[in-house]
Amino acid sequence: MADYEKLRPEITPLHEPFWDSVKRHQVELQRCDSCGAFRFIPTELCRCGSAASTWTPIAGTGEVYTYTVVHRAPTPAYQAEAPYVIAHVTVDEGPRMISVVVGCDPTDVHIGMPVTLVYEDVAPDLTLYKFTPAG
Amino acid sequence: MSDDVFIIGLAQHKFGRFPEKDSLDMASEIAMAALADAGMTMADIDVMGCGSLLEAGSGQRILHQIGATGIPVYNVTNACATGANAVRVAYMEIKAGISQVGLAVGFEKMGKSGLLGLAAKVAGADKKVWAPAGRTGSVMPTEGVLGSGMMPAVFAEIAMEYANNNDGVGFEQFAKVAEKSHAHSVLNPYSQYRKAFSLEEVMNAEVIAWPNTLPMCGPTGDGAAAVVIVSGEKLKTLPDDVRKRAVKISASVMTSDPWTAGGQAGPDVNTCTRMAADKAYEMAGVDPQDLDLVELHDCFATAELVHYDNLRLCEPGMAGKFIDERGPWRDGKIPVNVSGGLVSKGHPLGCTGVANLVEVGMHLRGEAGDRQIPDAKVGLTHVIGLGSTCAIHILEKVS
Repeated sequence: MADYEKLRPEITPLHEPFWDSVKRHQVELQRCDSCGAFRFIPTELCRCGSAASTWTPIAGTGEVYTYTVVHRAPTPAYQAEAPYVIAHVTVDEGPRMISVVVGCDPTDVHIGMPVTLVYEDVAPDLTLYKFTPAG
Repeated sequence: MSDDVFIIGLAQHKFGRFPEKDSLDMASEIAMAALADAGMTMADIDVMGCGSLLEAGSGQRILHQIGATGIPVYNVTNACATGANAVRVAYMEIKAGISQVGLAVGFEKMGKSGLLGLAAKVAGADKKVWAPAGRTGSVMPTEGVLGSGMMPAVFAEIAMEYANNNDGVGFEQFAKVAEKSHAHSVLNPYSQYRKAFSLEEVMNAEVIAWPNTLPMCGPTGDGAAAVVIVSGEKLKTLPDDVRKRAVKISASVMTSDPWTAGGQAGPDVNTCTRMAADKAYEMAGVDPQDLDLVELHDCFATAELVHYDNLRLCEPGMAGKFIDERGPWRDGKIPVNVSGGLVSKGHPLGCTGVANLVEVGMHLRGEAGDRQIPDAKVGLTHVIGLGSTCAIHILEKVS
């Protein structure tokens, strides 16, 4: 794990609660205190205009909205895993989240496929979230 | 507010890789060519817009080579919409009545930069460790998680979404777009590549990010393009041979992406394009079906297909049928990317948005040589910068 050679997110104060929740293996997204809408990526304001929000756990289930299968990857560390799937997933709470889909053959992924969140501790100080076919 | 704005001078450098050439020399050469085409020198220019993404802030350095006269210079960057923005700042000064004559230059020297997005950031550094920078660096470029920083993947996702939501769109339709554009490029001496590919060759090529294969991806490269634009009032004072070749800018529109559900974690290039298109058609009083040619932002063949629909070139949801029926071919209903498009002509980032005005302008003047679209009267240019920005210009033949 010490040799993690892939890209790391730069964690700004605004994004820190999100990455902390990933590290705890329980993703939390901002939920607007005013209109109740969940949002992702982290932002200062809800689209309703309210600045008040609470980091709230999500169920971790959703379905594939769109995806691609990457065959030529940007760095050698990623190329070692190609082909891999990157999917946009609409989570049950509403927002769209993007990550790789693991645990199935890339050719099995399709739009509308139910998926669940899984976590991977890739380095002592970094956990990533990924998706895997539900059930 | 001033009256209409016209292009009276235009020039473009062949796109490609020119390691022996300096970027500022390329830009200066083309700026002078556009000035000569307009019968002008820098002494006539009131304002300059200069677009380059990788060498931002170069406008004055170009003027030091071709004539530094103390005029305002706007150095602009806006991702792949940079060039169109350079034109638009000069256009706005003329529209506002502040200036009468403007010069817009777009250039870029990229060489062979690999996969755009992440790769550009990795270049020159230890390729195994990438140091993200900046606030948005934390969300977009973490490959796989929170999206792909890789452009072929981003535009592949947009394609898969369109294919899922509309009938008759699949891998073959996206590949047909590339087949068409490469065929067009054979006629264009300014194109980086001029090689025709059969549909089978496109479909059997190396997959980069499904459904984008290698010939469906725009190459990186070097290029420069420039236009000289004037107010209608100024145009009246110019010689007959300049007025005869003038091209009217009937619409110049820019939008950014409004809030959409799909535009938070990943980019939404559809909504801002639709908004800009509707506004441009209204501003110009032009119907999409009136268009004689379109140069649209096909950084990937998948993007082009989606924009047939976004720009209303086809019936809603019918982009697959449009390419199946050869609608965007040179001899089709609305020729699209007769230059070869970004996938073949090339995409030197800051240059592209100026070059597509030059391309359409050449056709409207009847000066496009072997690739001339006969009797072209109205054309549209479109660029997208991720983030997102859309810029559309509608150009019309005057005489």
